[in-house]
This record gives sequence, C-alpha cells and structure tokens, in this order.
Amino acid sequence: MTDLQDSKLTEFEDNDQNPVGFGRMLRKEDARLLRGRGRFVDDVQLPGMLHLAILRSPFAHASIVSIDTSAAEASPGVKAVVTGETLKGLGLAWMPTLSNDVQAVLATDKVRFQGQEVAFVVAEDRYKARDALELIDVEYDVLEPVVDVRKSLAPDAPIIRTDLEGKADNHVFDWETGDEEETNRVFASADVVVKEDIVYPRVHPAPMETCGSVADFDPVEGRLRLWSTTQAPHAHRTLYAIVAGLPEHKIQVIAPDIGGGFGNKVPIYPGYVLSIVGSIVTGKPVKWMEDRSENLISTGFARDYIMRAEIAATREGKILAIRTNVLADHGAFNGTAAPVKYPAGFFGVFTGSYDIQAAHCKMTAVYTNKAPGGVAYACSFRITEAVYLVERIVDTLAYELQMDPAELRLKNFIQPDQFPYTTKTGWVYDSGNYEPTMRLAMEMAGYDELRKEQAEKRARGELMGIGIAFFTEAVGAGPRKNMDILGLGMADGCELRVHPTGKAVVRLSVKTQGQGHETTFAQIIAEELGIPPADIDVLHGDTDNTPFGLGTYGSRSTPVSGAAAALVARKVRDKARLIASAMLEVSVADLDWVKGAFQVKGDPGKSVTIQEIAFRAHGAGDLPDGVEGGLEAQICYNPSNLTYPHGAYICVVDIDPGTAEVKVRRFIAVDDCGTRINPMIIEGQVHGGLTDGVGMALMEMISFDEDGNCLGASLMDYLIPTALEVPDWETGYTVTPSPHHPIGAKGVGESATVGSPPAIVNAVVDALKPFGVRHADMPLTPSRVWDAMRGQATPPI
Amino acid sequence: MQVPAPFEYERATSVDQAIGLLERLGSSARLVAGGHSLLPMMKLRLANFEYLIDINDLHGELGYIRLSDDEVRIGAMTRHRELLESDVLAGVFPIFRDAERVIADPVVRNRGTLGGSLCQADPSEDLSAVCTTLDASCVIRGPGGAERVVTMEEFHVGPYETAVADNEILTEIRLPRKSFKVGSAYAKVERRAGDWAVVSSGAAVWLDAGRIVDARVGLAAVGPNTTGIPEISAALRGHEPSEELYRLAGAIAARSCDPVTDTRGSADYKRHLADELTRRTLRTAVERARS
Repeated sequence: MTDLQDSKLTEFEDNDQNPVGFGRMLRKEDARLLRGRGRFVDDVQLPGMLHLAILRSPFAHASIVSIDTSAAEASPGVKAVVTGETLKGLGLAWMPTLSNDVQAVLATDKVRFQGQEVAFVVAEDRYKARDALELIDVEYDVLEPVVDVRKSLAPDAPIIRTDLEGKADNHVFDWETGDEEETNRVFASADVVVKEDIVYPRVHPAPMETCGSVADFDPVEGRLRLWSTTQAPHAHRTLYAIVAGLPEHKIQVIAPDIGGGFGNKVPIYPGYVLSIVGSIVTGKPVKWMEDRSENLISTGFARDYIMRAEIAATREGKILAIRTNVLADHGAFNGTAAPVKYPAGFFGVFTGSYDIQAAHCKMTAVYTNKAPGGVAYACSFRITEAVYLVERIVDTLAYELQMDPAELRLKNFIQPDQFPYTTKTGWVYDSGNYEPTMRLAMEMAGYDELRKEQAEKRARGELMGIGIAFFTEAVGAGPRKNMDILGLGMADGCELRVHPTGKAVVRLSVKTQGQGHETTFAQIIAEELGIPPADIDVLHGDTDNTPFGLGTYGSRSTPVSGAAAALVARKVRDKARLIASAMLEVSVADLDWVKGAFQVKGDPGKSVTIQEIAFRAHGAGDLPDGVEGGLEAQICYNPSNLTYPHGAYICVVDIDPGTAEVKVRRFIAVDDCGTRINPMIIEGQVHGGLTDGVGMALMEMISFDEDGNCLGASLMDYLIPTALEVPDWETGYTVTPSPHHPIGAKGVGESATVGSPPAIVNAVVDALKPFGVRHADMPLTPSRVWDAMRGQATPPI
Repeated sequence: MQVPAPFEYERATSVDQAIGLLERLGSSARLVAGGHSLLPMMKLRLANFEYLIDINDLHGELGYIRLSDDEVRIGAMTRHRELLESDVLAGVFPIFRDAERVIADPVVRNRGTLGGSLCQADPSEDLSAVCTTLDASCVIRGPGGAERVVTMEEFHVGPYETAVADNEILTEIRLPRKSFKVGSAYAKVERRAGDWAVVSSGAAVWLDAGRIVDARVGLAAVGPNTTGIPEISAALRGHEPSEELYRLAGAIAARSCDPVTDTRGSADYKRHLADELTRRTLRTAVERARS
C-alpha cells in the first residue's frame, strides 16, 4: 500500500495558485462534481416520464422469422411495444452512420451482431420495461456468423449486408496512402528489412457513465428536447433533423454533465433515436439509460486492426522506409466516426516521428458479425493504431540490429529545422523538437542506470524490461476544406459576452466529458482579458445556448475551440481598446495592454481596467463614433492545420519468471503539447491516458467465441485497470508551441492513450529478450506472457 | 443500471426464524448475506428467486472467530474484513490473511461473508480453497435446530452446488488444530486486483521434529470443484521439507487438476500455475511453521 507522503501534499497545494490566465488552479467544475451536485442524463426527471428498455439479439447472425409482442403489451405498466416493422412504416428502421453507411435502428430482416436492437418497450418504470422484454417472443432462424475477420472475404463466407443492394461480399472499403512504387524500390535496396504481424485488439472505451437519453417531444409546439450523453451536441442535432425530418430549429439537444466519453459518445446510437420515437408514440417524456452489459456489447468499440508491418533500414540504423498492410474489422455496420474523407482516420501518420524516404499503406476494411464502431477510446482517429505500429516495428528493428532502442530513435528523428515537415504520406507536422523531449525522459528515468540494473538482473535470471515509445500525434480537426462529418465542416464557434460589472460568459460548441473545459476555457479568456477565471462562466452542451460546432473528440477542444476562445477574447479586447481610448482621451496607438487594463504609454498611472471599460460599454454617455454598446463578440474558427503534440514515454516492468505476471514498476511520461494552459489538468489527463494504456497493454480485449457471442459483457469479464495496477506516474514536459494556434497550444487529451501501450508492450518484450522474444501481441495477460516465454506467442485473434 | 426480476424481500431475525421461512418457501427462496455474488447474478438475470431472506441481522449471532485448543470456530456471517483483520486468526492460520488480501476489494470485503463465499461454491472462490486446505468441516442447521457436520468434500456437490438443502443454513466453519507446529499460506494469480483467480493455491503444513506430519494443498479455479489433493498429502507425510519435495508436490498438483482454457488463461498455463503456486505456498507454509 502506498502512503501519502508529505511531498505529495505539497503538490496539491501547488495546484491552487489562483492564476489570472494560465497556470495551476483547481477545477471550477469539481465543486459540483465532487459533492454529488453534478447533473447527468440519468438525473433528469420530468413530470410523467416513462422508461424505455431495448430487446437485443442473443445471436450474432440470424434471420427474424416473427415477433410476437402481445404478452409484453399486456404486461402491467407497459405503454408501448415497438418493433422494426413499426419503424419501417415510419421510414425510420434504418439510419445513416457517421461513415456514410446505414445501420438498423431496429432490426427488420435479420440481426447482424449479438446485442443488436430488435424491439423496445416503454413502461412506467425501468423495472416494468425490463420485465416486459422477457415477454416478447422472437423467432430467429440462426445463420452462420462471420467471426474470424481473416475469413470474412473468403468466397464461401456468409454475406452480412444483404440489405445493401447487390452486395456479394463483406468488403467495406480499400484505402491506400503513400507511394507504393518508391517504397518497394527503397525496400529492395535496403540492408535490413524486418517484418512483423502486429494486432491491435478490439477494446472498449468503457466510460463510467453508460449511454442514455431523455426525449421530450411536445406535439403542440412540434418541439423536441433531447438530453443525451453526447460529445457532439450540435452535430447530433443536425443529424436528427436530417434523419427524422424534424425542423432543426425545433430540436434542442442538451448534453448535461457527462461521465466520461473517450469516443464512446460520438456516434448516434439507435437507443437515442428510439427514445425520440418512444416520446412521439406515447406523448410523454421517455428515458433510455443503457445498462453496463448493453454498453459493453453494443456501443462503439475501438481498434481491431491486424497490421502487417515492415521496416527497411541501413545496417547503421538509419530508417529508410515503412510499409504496412492492414485488415480492419469494422463490425456489422461501418459506424466509424471519422472525417468523411478519412475512412481510416488519421492512420496515415504511421511514419511516426522519423525522417524517412518512403512509406506506403494498403488497408482493407471488412464487415463481421460484431458490434459496429471503429473509432473510439481516445484514439485521435486511429493514431493509436498508427503509433503502436511504428513504435513496435522500430523496436523490432532495434532488436535485429542489436541496437539500443533509444539510440535508434534519436538517430532517426525529424530535426527541428525540418518543421513544418511534410511526411511521405502527406501530413504536415506543424512544429516539433524531439530530441530534448527524449533526452528529458531518459534523464528522468535514469536510463543508463536502468540498463545497468537490467544487465545485472538478467545475469541472475530476473526479468526486467525497459520500453520506449516516442509519438507524434495529429489532433484538432479540421480544416473544414479537408475534414467534415457527413458534410458538416470541422470548425467551431465561440461567443463571449462581458457583463457590465466585468464578469463574463463564454459559450462553446465543444462539450466536456470530464476534461475540465469549464476551467481551461475560463483560463484562456482570463489570459487574454485579465478577468479572473472565477468571474467567467463557461456554457456548453446546450444547442439552444451555444454556437454551432463539431464537438469534443480527437483531442480537438483546445486546438480548435481553444483557438476560437482566444480569438473571440481578442475581438473583445480590440473593442475595449476603442472605448479605453475615449475614456483616457488618448489615441488608440498611445495605449498599452497590460493584462487586465489599458494604460497610457509612458504614464502608467493613467489606466482603465477591463472591468471599468465593461461598465462604460454598457453605461451612460456616448461611446466613440462607430462603436456599439455592449462588450461582446463571436467567432467561428476554422483551423489552418492540425496540431502535432509529441511525447517520449519510458516504461519499466518486472516480470515474475514463475507466474509470468507483469508489474509496471515505473512510467515516465514527457509530453509536449505546446503552450500549457493548466498543467494540473494536463497531468490529470495524462494520468488517465496512461492508466488506459496499462489496461490495453495488459488486460483489455473484447473477445468473441466462435458463435459470435461477446465474452466481455460485464466488467467482471472485460477488465479495466485499477489504481493497483499502475505505478506512481512520473510526468515531465517540454514546450514547442504550435505556430498556427493563436496561443500556441496543441491537444493533449489522447496523447497518453496513444503513447503508453507501445511503451508498455516494448518493455514486456524487452524483458523477454532472454527467451528470444521479438514480438508479442496485446493483451499481455500472464497466460499470454507465459506463452511468449516458451516461444509460443500467438495473436489474440 | 441493470435491474433484477421482481422478488419479495424479508429480513430474518434469528437463525431458526430464517430456517422457518426457508422451510415454507422452498427452492423459490434464497438467503442473502453480503450479496456480492448473488445480487450481480440477479441483476444479470442469471439467477431469479421469488424471495430473498436477508440474514445480515444475524451477524450478531453468526459473526465470530473463536479459538480453542483443538479447533477454530468461525461463524458463517463473519465478514471478509473481520477475517482479514483478525490477529487471532492470522496467528493460527495466516493463510486467511493471505487470501483475504487478494479477495475482491474493500467494498466487497466489508459486506461479503465466509458462509456466503462457501455457499456460492464458485470453483474460483478463494475461501473454499482455504477451507479445503485447512480440512475444515461445515456445520449445517435445519428445521427444529437439527445440526449436521460435513467435510469440505461433502459440502461441495458441484459448481455452484452445495450440500446445504433448501431448508438449511450453513452456520459455522470448524478448523481443526493439531498439536504440531503449523504453517499455512495462500497465493493467487489474477489478471487484475480484485479479479477472480486465474489459479490460486493454499497450503498448510504440520511439522514435528523437523518432519512433515501432515500437509494439505487446496487449489481454486482449476476444476469443477475445490478439493484437496490427497496424493500430495501422502507424498509429503514423514519427509523433511525440501525444494525437491515441493517440486514433487507441484508436479502432482499440475497433473491432478482439471483446468479449462478461457479468457483468464490457457489450460496449460493454469496447470503450470498449479505447480508453481503449490511449490510457493508450501515453501512459505514451511517457513512459517518453523518460525
């Protein structure tokens, strides 16, 4: 057990520095959340509200022969029972996915994954609704499922998407990036080529709060209010308008407090739509709150890539080229949440942080009888997979060259003077300075001493491993010309209003799921205007009260919305300058901005504060010519590029040679996310992501049996890590500002989830070097590590 | 929130009153003690009972650890936390503290009970392995105050099945003490803190003049039942403890168990762990007996 030491208490004190701008401060939202005063979707209670429960398919693949709902309809307290046939009549049985596929809202013809929505019951309470589900009699004709993704394109594979006209296979898309010919040429002449099959298994975001909604349709006004667990309220509103044919101005989507998202709450799930249908059918507000098992088996999964990776290098360790062939399992419907022109998300950054000559990727995505999804779990649109691929294959190269993996990376980094750097797959990295980040991590770890300790331990037969991962992330989608979700450009609005007394309210299009937006955005405004964060209210998550924007995922809040907040504050400041010049009776050019006040050049005694200006803007008397009353502004920010944070992670593990249990002893994480707004919040996000990484590397995986039954339907079976599996995180930072972001900030929310799995796996594989292990796939459970120790490592799927 | 099917609920006021309720309601009723296995199963609708009889108010009657010269008696309602924290118990059979440290988490340990754990009869259950290791006997009370005492082997009828009839309650566990130096230990491999065992092993050793007069090993999660392995006891009796002997015991454990491959690990790995953990716990048990 760990004791709370004095040094830790000092750290807590340091977190409360009352900055007027950037710096450590406690989170404004925590007073509410920690005292149980948060208001989540399941806390919403409306007069006359009914409860909805969903009947789900027990089979992975089966035709629906008949459904008898009569007994359920007669069950006490039941108000409505609805099947796919009813929805078909309303034209609502199918809905578009975020990737231009369609997905069943309720199954009509057949079910395509275990847990798929088949019917729903609305009843007086959730017990009665759940009880009535058992009275619905569905006759299925069970079909052979496609479970093994490697066999999905076999000529005799059952066809899953019989709903798509003329569909004769389970193929979703092919995708390619890079220069195949050039890459082949470089590979052909390289001294060394290393090839490895690398699997990133299917995992689940498993947020603490499951998905749910409360729909309240007012038939008189034709108005729909929908409280839902959404990371993107505005995008959802527009999609409901398009799908359901409701006028957009009559739809209000409210995302109240959200208990974790990690990408799980980006898609529109059938349950949200069903609650709307339920409210329309019954004329009452209807709540749907999925249970844990439903969340785990039916909502957006992540990863599920089988990657053949190859790396070419000189004998001296200069990396020349990387190529990969990927088989992607997209489940029964292509529900990937990614910009439309990027079916593989941002996987194209698989060339990592290295200056190489050529790269190429070919990907095939397929349907299987598993839940749909594909981008979720803090993955920055598939960068998690890309970084895992490159950091694993670079380590296998180090293994073959018998070279230190840190030295190999240092030798191949993109150099500071090469930025902005265009990769061989066309991504323009905005800024980076990799070596100091790497050196700092090595220094914090005591890298040379660790290697010495490892050598001594190996001589005694003990298993210790040191793993390194260096990542470059690409976060903050758009720009809108390249990036859109179903035609909605990836840009974000922001509105700022300063009240007469100098307090302010800022309205965001993005939505926190726990990341601390109410603090971070107040600090951005504070930094620009000199108004204390405590005086700034941050509103978000309600489409009626906030400007349009695409929402929070892919670490885009600070890169996009954070830029909008800074720029809208500057607009307000520009106006304040005009008013100040009138108040001080000097020309605008004679004013200096000193955070929170304008003062006359050369006469610091003559100044007006932003609060005084705010009152003047609303007060008696004339304003300068052409200046309207009030002190407010709005903006829509379209980023010119993504931001590219980077980081160096070092993990130290010990493995029990007798039981093959892995213990993560130390983890050093040095992150560079450009300008740091609230270091405490950054560290908190990094801690969370590193913990996620321990989960994925060591225990998490959604597995299926041969019939397509999901074997991870509860948190007893689908394991997520606890505080006992993680070490005391050691974090550090460097600062390389983004050149195009107004305050130089880059996203950081997903960095640690992206960077930690390869560091941990590299450490485990390093520990197993005495057994001649060059690669072992996640999850590295004791049983799988034991297999690897005996030279019998197998892919998990 | 996962919601169970409808059920009726009653709080028992005494053991005999609870037995009376069971007698009346038969197999449609179930006792709930800590509830940390039963309630999740009901919420998942894997278990559906018409009646729940809550026996938490019987903790005063059935929550105790009593030490005498020839045995330790533990009441069935004794909670995990009490087993973990009992210095008396740790002094005699430290295997309990070893095991309780790796059972679930503090929230579960605050509520879960010894009797509940045994009656759940999950093949991966830790306290069943501990009780098997210590050659425990189980006191079962029925209508009219009739008591019968069964061995652990008799108690476990099969996975999730025990010798306790519909109208009976497990009231007490008795652990025999012998007039020799005793040491005991428990070890568990789990994928994550609080998870069910991949494999776990308990060992107890009684020494006289440096020789093993008796030794027992109990394994969990490697077969349908948590049973002792008499062949190990026979192989160890009369010998001086040695690494070679532990290896022999480990080999017997590995070949005597019957694990299956599942998401916790392969059958081969579990067999290996039966070997490895048997050796480890025997080694620790002997060290403790000697100290």
